[in-house]
Order: sequence, then structure tokens, then C-alpha cells
Amino acid sequence: MIGLIQEIVSAALLIIGTLLLLLAGIGILRLPDIFLRMSAASKASSLGAGCVLLAVAVSAADIAITVRAVAGVLFLFLTAPVASHMIGRAAYMIGVPLWKGMVVDELKGHYDTRRHTLRGVDRAASSRQPRGTGPLGDVPDAGR
Amino acid sequence: MIQMIALWVILPLLSIAIALPVIRLVRGPSLPDRVVALDVMGTAVIAIFATYALINNQPAFLDAALVVGLIGFIGTIAFAYYTERRI
Repeated sequence: MIGLIQEIVSAALLIIGTLLLLLAGIGILRLPDIFLRMSAASKASSLGAGCVLLAVAVSAADIAITVRAVAGVLFLFLTAPVASHMIGRAAYMIGVPLWKGMVVDELKGHYDTRRHTLRGVDRAASSRQPRGTGPLGDVPDAGR
Repeated sequence: MIQMIALWVILPLLSIAIALPVIRLVRGPSLPDRVVALDVMGTAVIAIFATYALINNQPAFLDAALVVGLIGFIGTIAFAYYTERRI
């Protein structure tokens, strides 16, 4: 009985994970923009591989195999967003063209593309006070 | 039974899931497109190793899957770092 439940759950997880990975491949091929492709790549493919590893963990009745598979799932879920974020940041920095059907680019003008840092966002505060000249920079009372 | 499903259904679908990003890897207009395609291919390779461990009852393939995931992560990070620093 337990074995039958194990097999059914494992087969369902395998099929779900494989369909998600196939969806990630189709999304990589068909979506129009690097950022949209990256959303398919990051979410669908990490969830698909996580489901396949969980299927292995359910199917094996050994604690060593289960621990390895769960460690693989944790590793995948920790590293996929970091890698995707870094690739997206690099693509935005080097000026990869965006999709022409895009509505709003909220990062436009906020990045200092020469130094690769985020420029000041709070424009009202910086225009209200003159920029400090002391060693503390923007602190208004730094001269006293 | 699950071995038969994995052998005759899961592995062909996963090979299609590897073959689709290859087209993007060849055609991709920019470097980050190719890096993202390689990332998806690496994740599908992890799934193939896990399925192979399930078919053959060989838990050593899970370690290989972990190593492939680590190498793919480091490769993606390195590509992103040097792409951003190049300009």
C-alpha cells in the first residue's frame, strides 16, 4: 500500500516537473525579450527540476538519497534567483534592447551607467537642501 | 512501473526540453540571451541526472546533478560579472 502511494506521488511529481521544464524551454524559444525569457528560465525551470528531484526523494526509501535530493532542491532554489538577477542586471546595464510592446521602464534614468550604481532616487530631498561640503557629504549640519 | 514511465516518457520530454534552448543559444541576438539559454539547459541536465538515478537505482548520479548545478551557477555568475564589467 505504501509502495503504491509512493509510486503514484513520484510519477505525478515527475510528470509535473518534466512539463514545467518543457514549458521553460518553449518560453526560452518563443518569448520576445531577454527579461521575459529570463522569467520563464528562472521560475519554471527551477520549479521543474525541484519537482523531479522531489520525485526521486519520494521514490527512494533511503534516508541518504532523500537528503541528497532535498539538498539539491534547496541549492537550486537558493541559486536560481541570484543568477537570474545578476544576468538581468548585466543585460540592463549593457543596453540590451527591450521589447517594443513594453509599457513603462521604471528604471530609466535611475542608473548611473558609468559607475554601475543606483543614482539618488529621492529628488525632492536633494533639491531642497544644498549638497554638503564637509567630509560627511549630504549631512546638512556637517559644517558645525 | 515508474521506471518504465521515466524511461519512455520522461527522458524524451526532457531531451526536447534541452533541444529547444539550443535554438536560442545559436540564434540569440545578445550575449545574455545565450547565457540564459545555457542556464535552462543546465537545469534540464540536473533533471535528466535525477531521472537516471531513479531509473537505474544509482544514487551517485544525484551527486553528479549537484555538481552540474554548482558549475552552472558559477558559470552564469561569471558571465554576468564580466559582461557588466566589459563596457
